[in-house]
Amino acid sequence: MDSLLSIRDLSIAYRGRGGTSQALREVSLDLYRDETLGLIGESGSGKTTLALAVLRMLPPAAHIPQGQILYHHDGRTADVLSLGAERLRRYRGEEVAMVFQSALSSLNPVLRIWDQFLDTARAHGETDPARVRTRTRELLSHVQLEPERVLSAFPHELSGGMRQRVMLALALLLRPRVVVLDEPTTALDILTQRTIIDLLRSLRREFGFSMMFISHDLSLAAELADRVATMYAGRIVEIGTTDELFYEPRHPYTVGLLQAVPTVHGDHRTLHSIPGSPPNLQRLPAGCKFHPRCPYVRPVCTEAEPDLLHVSNGHRSACFFWDEVRR
Amino acid sequence: MIILERVSRIFRSRGEAIRAVDDVSLEIGEGQVMSLVGESGSGKTTTGKMIAGLVTPSSGRVLFEGRDIRTLDGAARARYRRAVQIIHQDPYACLNPVRTVGDTLAAPLQLYGLADGRSRNAGIGELLERVELTPASAFVDKYPHQLSGGQRQRVAVARALSVQPKFLVADEAVSMIDVSLRISLLNLLLKLRQETGVAFLFITHDLALARHFGWDGRIAVMYLGRVVDVGPTRTVIEDPHHPYTRALLAAVPEADPHITRTKPRLRLRSQDPPSLLHLPSGCAFHPRCPWAESGLCDVIRPELTHVRAQEVACHVAVREGALPDLAATT
Repeated sequence: MDSLLSIRDLSIAYRGRGGTSQALREVSLDLYRDETLGLIGESGSGKTTLALAVLRMLPPAAHIPQGQILYHHDGRTADVLSLGAERLRRYRGEEVAMVFQSALSSLNPVLRIWDQFLDTARAHGETDPARVRTRTRELLSHVQLEPERVLSAFPHELSGGMRQRVMLALALLLRPRVVVLDEPTTALDILTQRTIIDLLRSLRREFGFSMMFISHDLSLAAELADRVATMYAGRIVEIGTTDELFYEPRHPYTVGLLQAVPTVHGDHRTLHSIPGSPPNLQRLPAGCKFHPRCPYVRPVCTEAEPDLLHVSNGHRSACFFWDEVRR
Repeated sequence: MIILERVSRIFRSRGEAIRAVDDVSLEIGEGQVMSLVGESGSGKTTTGKMIAGLVTPSSGRVLFEGRDIRTLDGAARARYRRAVQIIHQDPYACLNPVRTVGDTLAAPLQLYGLADGRSRNAGIGELLERVELTPASAFVDKYPHQLSGGQRQRVAVARALSVQPKFLVADEAVSMIDVSLRISLLNLLLKLRQETGVAFLFITHDLALARHFGWDGRIAVMYLGRVVDVGPTRTVIEDPHHPYTRALLAAVPEADPHITRTKPRLRLRSQDPPSLLHLPSGCAFHPRCPWAESGLCDVIRPELTHVRAQEVACHVAVREGALPDLAATT
């Protein structure tokens, strides 16, 4: 398969008052052409750090002891972590665009929507406002907004759902090949969530970008993703197709998450929580980081940390006993 | 035990009136659970606060054991205050940051004279054990910032339980907690229901949580300040009558790829909810409703009407056979 982004052995740590937090530990991951990859995990799992790293938007306290992010385009490969300022500026937006969780804080509050589109286009070398206007109108119509009404509005004059749609349109302005979304539906109402989900699907069909989204919400992954990666304590602990992860999960943490989420339709069943709580990233346990909470734990789990082990084709699990793990 | 009689609440903001809750009537008996679901701005939190006495209705009455809570005085008022407790959404904001867990729990025990001296410490220990913060001695001297979100919310639950309430208003009590810990808190609340028979108003935007928690209870669906659909949890979820309830159920993403990708969609006429400042005429849902009939739904506001086990505020849904059978389309 054709990989657009390759993350290799990437580790990221944050220096803080209490010590160093290991936010990401030797993560390797590919994002392929035309796919939607969902990264799921709870707070502290490293999913946001991973997404920010792809855009090189990590906060100053972050440092990268090892690893690479490779971006492949036209038979060439760019090393994202060593891009110069000008090349990085173009990479962000033209190659890889990001849609943040809070649309209100990522739009400029004192600029009308039209000016935000125009500014973005100009910053990337587009000098003809008429061309920008045509493209902007087209995009706004695609996200089911009335261009005339929205273009002259300030961000605060739009509802949360409308702002989120403006953000999607703005992200697509420069025709990126990859769109990274941070919790794209969190904090939105159900009917608005549905609108955004359906839009993401149709936009991807229409414009043909690859998508990587992060969410704590398993149902978003079930809806949108082709592949899903489960993250825990800074690592990918399981990765596979959406059906594999939901119907044949082979990591105890993925199983635990699935058993903790109620559904509206389907059988009414008893839900189980995962005992214990997520680890302190400054004092990670030895061995498998999930072992203190794991029902399958054996002595070896407290000593060695498993790599992602081969389950089937693209399905991998970081559990020594994946063969025994069942939903 | 709790009855809302045509309760409304209007907030004023910059000279404009916002009808947060509009003519809501509900009844929750002893030991029962009522889930209140709706999107942001639907008025569910304000409704919960009126039951807990934190917000005064602009019109209508809240009855506790048959008496208007505004007319209660002396002993009767104290009894109501103790009987009805609220658990707020945000475990970070609702605990006093300079009080230890022990102090937080001691205050209500002392206020109501439920325990003093040595028995107070025993009481605190017992409360912490009931919310599964064990060993209790590891938590008594902790400050809120030393606890995780889930642990804080357990302290808030313990505080509510300290006065042996009969009625708990849980306002998105588990929403802000990580997935793996959320269910343990929810299961804890379920266990408390079984053990103590406390009644619940369970406020949530999450239909799956409402279904799970209130499986044997009732659901009321709110839209723009009004209750549009009420009935037993099972029938509202499996055979929803109101078009808005149908829209919610069709829209909600599910953590099962097959279910969520194949369930029938309901196409709304408009994606955007109207502003509370400019509510549509007639039925407030009519501009978005696929079954709205002009000359009727945009003119006359529908009242809650019995349809089998449910009550529904919709001109069209009350007519037998007027809406497509959901079971047939699934």
